[in-house]
Parts: sequence; C-alpha cells; structure tokens
Amino acid sequence: MADFDTPEIKEEIIVPHIQPGVMEWEGPFVAKPEHQADLGFPEELVDDWKEKAIAKMGELAGKYRSVKVFLDSCVKCGACTDKCHYFLGTSDPKNMPVARQDLFRKVYRRYYTFAGKYFPKLVGAVDLDEKVLDDWYNYFHQCSECRRCSVYCPYGIDTAEITMAAREVMASVGKGMKYSNEIIGKVFKIGNNLGLPQPALADTLEGLEEEVEEDTGVKVKYPLDQKGAEILLVTPSADFFAEPHVDGLIGYGKVFHEAGVSWTLSSKASEAANFGLFIGSYENMRKVALRIREAAIELGVKRIVFGECGHAWRVAYSFLNTLAGPFDFLDQNYPIPQHILEFTLDQLERGNLKIDKSENDWMTVTFHDSCNIARASRIGDYPGSQFETPRKVIKAVCNNFVDMRKDTIGEGTFCCGGGGGLLTDDLMEVRVKGALPRMTALKDVVENEGVTHMAAICAICKSQFSKVLPYYGFTMDQIVSVHQLVSNAIVLTGQDGADEADDASEAAA
Amino acid sequence: MSFLTIFFAFLFYIATAVLVGGLAYKIWVFYKTPAPLKIPTTPAPITATGVAYRLFREVVLFESLFKSNKWIWIFGYLFHFGMLLVLLRHLRYFTLPVWWWVDLIQPFGKYAAFAMIAGLAGLFARRILVDRVRYISAPSDYLMLLLLLGIAITGGMMSFVVHGIDIVSLKAFFLGLMYFDWQPFPGNALLAIHLFLVATLMIIFPVSKLLHAPGVFFSPTRNQIDNPREKRHVVDWALKLESQDNS
Repeated sequence: MADFDTPEIKEEIIVPHIQPGVMEWEGPFVAKPEHQADLGFPEELVDDWKEKAIAKMGELAGKYRSVKVFLDSCVKCGACTDKCHYFLGTSDPKNMPVARQDLFRKVYRRYYTFAGKYFPKLVGAVDLDEKVLDDWYNYFHQCSECRRCSVYCPYGIDTAEITMAAREVMASVGKGMKYSNEIIGKVFKIGNNLGLPQPALADTLEGLEEEVEEDTGVKVKYPLDQKGAEILLVTPSADFFAEPHVDGLIGYGKVFHEAGVSWTLSSKASEAANFGLFIGSYENMRKVALRIREAAIELGVKRIVFGECGHAWRVAYSFLNTLAGPFDFLDQNYPIPQHILEFTLDQLERGNLKIDKSENDWMTVTFHDSCNIARASRIGDYPGSQFETPRKVIKAVCNNFVDMRKDTIGEGTFCCGGGGGLLTDDLMEVRVKGALPRMTALKDVVENEGVTHMAAICAICKSQFSKVLPYYGFTMDQIVSVHQLVSNAIVLTGQDGADEADDASEAAA
Repeated sequence: MSFLTIFFAFLFYIATAVLVGGLAYKIWVFYKTPAPLKIPTTPAPITATGVAYRLFREVVLFESLFKSNKWIWIFGYLFHFGMLLVLLRHLRYFTLPVWWWVDLIQPFGKYAAFAMIAGLAGLFARRILVDRVRYISAPSDYLMLLLLLGIAITGGMMSFVVHGIDIVSLKAFFLGLMYFDWQPFPGNALLAIHLFLVATLMIIFPVSKLLHAPGVFFSPTRNQIDNPREKRHVVDWALKLESQDNS
C-alpha cells in the first residue's frame, strides 16, 4: 500500500476544492473464491459479467423502491456534495454522494431509461465496461453507508442504498469484497465475526468474572448458553476481548447483576454485527439474523437485548422483526429487541443502580453519535431518543460532559470513517482521511473545553478510533465505551470499600 | 386552418398525453416497487400523521435542503414557488369563467415570473461557478435550466415587454383543444416559442430528472413510519424466502 499523509486538522471543517482521481486506486482486497462460495456468490468474475451485472441492476431496481426512486429522482442540485466525510477528507469528487451514486446511475440510465438509451451523451449515460467496474469497486468501498447525505438531500436520496445495490451487483458477478464476505462466512461457520469458538468464549467470560471479583469483591456472572435465562444479550464479538470494548461488556454484566435479572450470552449468536447489511444482501443479512431467533428459542429467553454496536443496532432495531420475526414467543412488555442503553437508563431512572460519579471525575467526556444509530434507529420510545438516551446515561455516571459542535453530532453526526465494511487495513488511507471531520470536531473540544475522552456505542467506531486517533496526535485510549463509564461509576451491592448498601439495592441483588 | 394551428394542436395533445401517461406510468412503477426494509432517515415520525407532516414540510418548505445549503434553498425556492404562482395564474387560459382565486392571484402570478427567473439564474450560476456542482453536471442539467429559463423569459416578455399578444384568441384556442372544437392559433412568434418550449418540457418530464416531483412522495427515507419494533414490515418477495425455509 502506498504511503499517504495524514490530513492536517484545521480550525474548522473545510470544504476542499475537488481533486479528481486522487483516490482512484484505493480499493479493498477482492474476496477469494471460498469467501464468495460461502455466501452463495460465484467464486470469481464470471465471463458474462457485463450482462449479468446489468440484469442484476434491473432486478434490484424492481425489488427495492429506494433504488428505483433514488436513481430516477436526483436533480444534481449539489446539496450533498459537501456532506460526505470521505470527500471532505480526500477531495476526490467521486466521494461526493451524488457523484458516487452517478457511477451506478449513469449505467442504469444507459440500459434502463429512454433518455440514456437514445441520448447517452446528453444525460451522461455510459456503457458498463472494465473501467466503470473498477470505479464501482473502489468508490463503492469508500462509502461507509452512514446516511449523512440522506439527511441533507431534498428527496431523501440515501447513497447507502445505492452503495449496497452496487456491492450486491458486484458480489453476484463474482467480485465481492474479502473483508466483509470472509467475516460473514465465519459467522455462518462459527457464530461470530472473530471466529471465536464456544470454548474460547467460555474461557474469556470466566476470566472476566475473575477480573471483576478481584476488582470489586463481588461475584458478577457472565453466563454463556444458560437455558432459561430471562435475557439473551447479543453483543459485537469485539466486546469479548478488545479494549475499550470489553470494559463495556463488564459494564453490561454489572448492570444486569444490580438489576437482579438473569441473562445469558449465546455461543450460537455470539455476534451482534450483521455484515449482510454492508454487502447489501438481504438473503445473507436474513441468514445472519435468523441465528439470533434460533438462539433465543433454544435458550428459552423472554427478552433480547443488544450491546453497543451501531450497524448491528440498525439491523436489530429496524430489520430484525422483518428478517427474523415475528417474535411472539418473547415477553411483549419490553421492546423487541431492546438496546442495552434503554435497559440501563431504565434501571438508573428507577434508582436501582448505585452510582459514584466521582469515579469518572478524572475524565471530561464527549460523545460520538454513531451514524447507524443516529440516522437509522431510536434508543427509546420517541424520535431523537437515540441522541438523548446515551447522553442521559453518560451524565448520570459522569460529572464532566461536553458535546462537540452541533453540526457534527445528532442527525448530522460524522461517521468514524470505518463503518460499512471499511474497517480493514487494506483501506487504511480512506479510513484515516475519512475521520478528518470527526477529528476536527474532537480537537475543538479537546482544546477549548478540556475534553479528555470520547465515548462511543459502536464496536466499529471504537476499533476505528483506536487505530486512527494516533494518526491525528491523540492517543488510542481516548476512545471509551459508554458502559465502561457506567462500569467505573457503578457501586455494586456488597462491593469492597463501598458504603453499606441500602435496603433497596440489597433486595434487588 | 393554418399550419401553426394544426401544429400546436397536435403538439399539445401529444405533450399532454405524454406528460399524463408518462407520469401515471412512472408513479405506478414507483408505487408497485416494494420497499422491503424500514429505512426512514431518523429521527423520523412514529405515526402516519407525523409522516404526512414530514412530507408536507419537505414539499412546501424544502426542509432538508434548508438544512443543507442556504443558497440552493433560496434559488430553488424562488424558482419553484415562482413557478407555482405562474402556473396557477395560467389557469385563466383554461377556465371559463375564470375561478375567483385565480383572478385574485393574477398580479402576483405575473410578477412571480421574476422570482422564477432569478431562481433559475442563480441555480445556473452555481452549476458553472461551484467546482463540485460543475463536476456533477451533464449537458442535460444545463439544458434543463436553459429550457425553463427560456419559458420564463419568453413568458415574462409577453407580460411586461411586448404588448398586444392576443390572449383572447389564445384562450379560445386552448378551450377549443379541450372541447375538441379547434379555434385558430394566434400567430405571434414569441407566443409560439413560449408554447413550443412548454410542450417540450411536458414531453421531457416523465423521462427526466423532473421525476423528483413524484419521487419525493415515494422516497422511503421520507415516507416511512419509524415503527419497525412495533409493527412487522415484510414484503411479498421476502415472504417467499420464508416459505422456502418452511417447505
């Protein structure tokens, strides 16, 4: 991989002048035959890929209203052109949302519209050829499907939908992406993205129990495959070992412990992530989602709770009921599925958790809204709860909280730069450059508000920032899990050195 | 019957048929294409009323565009609402007697032409001057603005510069078309150009990006209710996948 310079952080987020072609060469490794085969795709680029791709394009435009309407409706007004973090970080005009869509749209026009069939030059329609396919492959893997553009488009055109369609077309003619496809294969075979088998998981969880007991003197359980538990926790597999993810998992366990509910992880559904979303494959996304249904039935749980993960929460919140429902066998008194933050906030509001906020006094925390949570879900029962619930929880366990600039959070939040299946070392340049807007907003509060840490609720964000923060002069431990903050502040019933627990929390334990 | 009369009579019959038929077909295609997943851009309304209100704000206020870019919003708004007033004013050529509210807006409708022209000129300038927008523009994007500018300018000239257009005969011509009782087309070059451009626009509409007009109502990110946990959403082709599992 070529070397590259980390962009310089300016005072403000600057809209650059376009530099055509500067990111033309950056694309991820192509999926190997076995990665393709596991997902039901052809092993390598098929001979008649052109015809197949064009046919697939038509098929998708017939199956997805989003694709059809978005391809037909864009007026090239330019409203989205300065909204993508990858454009802001790279200056490559094909990273402007409309230009990225146009890579697909100009081919669609050529084969599926009157104007493109008869007046291709006039409307900018082109034939599908190798050059176009290369552009598709590289630029549709420089999109993290974060949907920021869809907020600002007057017609709500969501480039993520086009990216997913393009990736599905490419995978279906034999040119899939190694990173995502290999991972989905692992989920099918072993149960999670990291390929951790059941014994390794059991071992890890046992280690966590020992660690927490050493720290607090309290036996907090981290159960695996426990039949008859009330709650099935589905969490990204990074939570099982990576920093700062695992501190979040410790936090979930402490909250469940104090709430007095029985819960379990599942070795079958030991992964919240669903990379089927990234590659735009409904079938694969559904197959991944069905594991969770099966695990819930086998374990006989009453509720499903999801750990901190952005796209996983999108799939859980928005699609799980569609893909793997109906969940009539679960307790209908709770949201299906429920986010761990909904659970924790509820416990906090009921006063079931004893909190010592001063444990987090050494930090000043800001919060990074994850793209999929911000723009494709709720965490609570009202619109916008996806922004307020995490902040309420942080403020309940932390004395020092500051938000970043308003246009960089909430619905306008900038992606971390590693979402959408881009969290792979073969895309390092686009990941680092794509993080520029977030890094700019972070630096602002670090310098002016004394922020020391940024909390996130997404495994991809956490991994991406751990890797990318050092490029911009921060340290990798400045990214923390929200439940890590909860874990720091929570005072377990009977914890060493803690005040005598009051009756209420004793009863709850 | 003059050549112009026959030409414009056929042109407007064809243009109307293409516009109505083409749009109806496109809307039907949008309507029958399934939306298999819930993808509203959140925060999104959680009730149908809320969605109607969101679409209303999108169509009437250009809410998302306002968030996005104030210049495009101003120019786009001037153009679209100028055009709306102008179009409503033009109803007077197709109604007998003229509806009272069409009479009421007549003066506003005339001056709205300037708003339309200003908006279009601003959008055209952006297309040339802003490097990002220039990059994404195809010839058709410029031509579309020029076509609309041509319509607005020729129309405005007939209102404010060139006087003596025989609008009484023009109205008789259009009413004649509507009731299949053809009347002569008033021979005037400016009017002929104006109407020719209008007919061109009508014909282009269903095969162009002007489809954004119906498209916005069918955009799943804007028209879906945010209630996936509460209500299961499955389309037919997805149900088939489920029945394959069970067989």
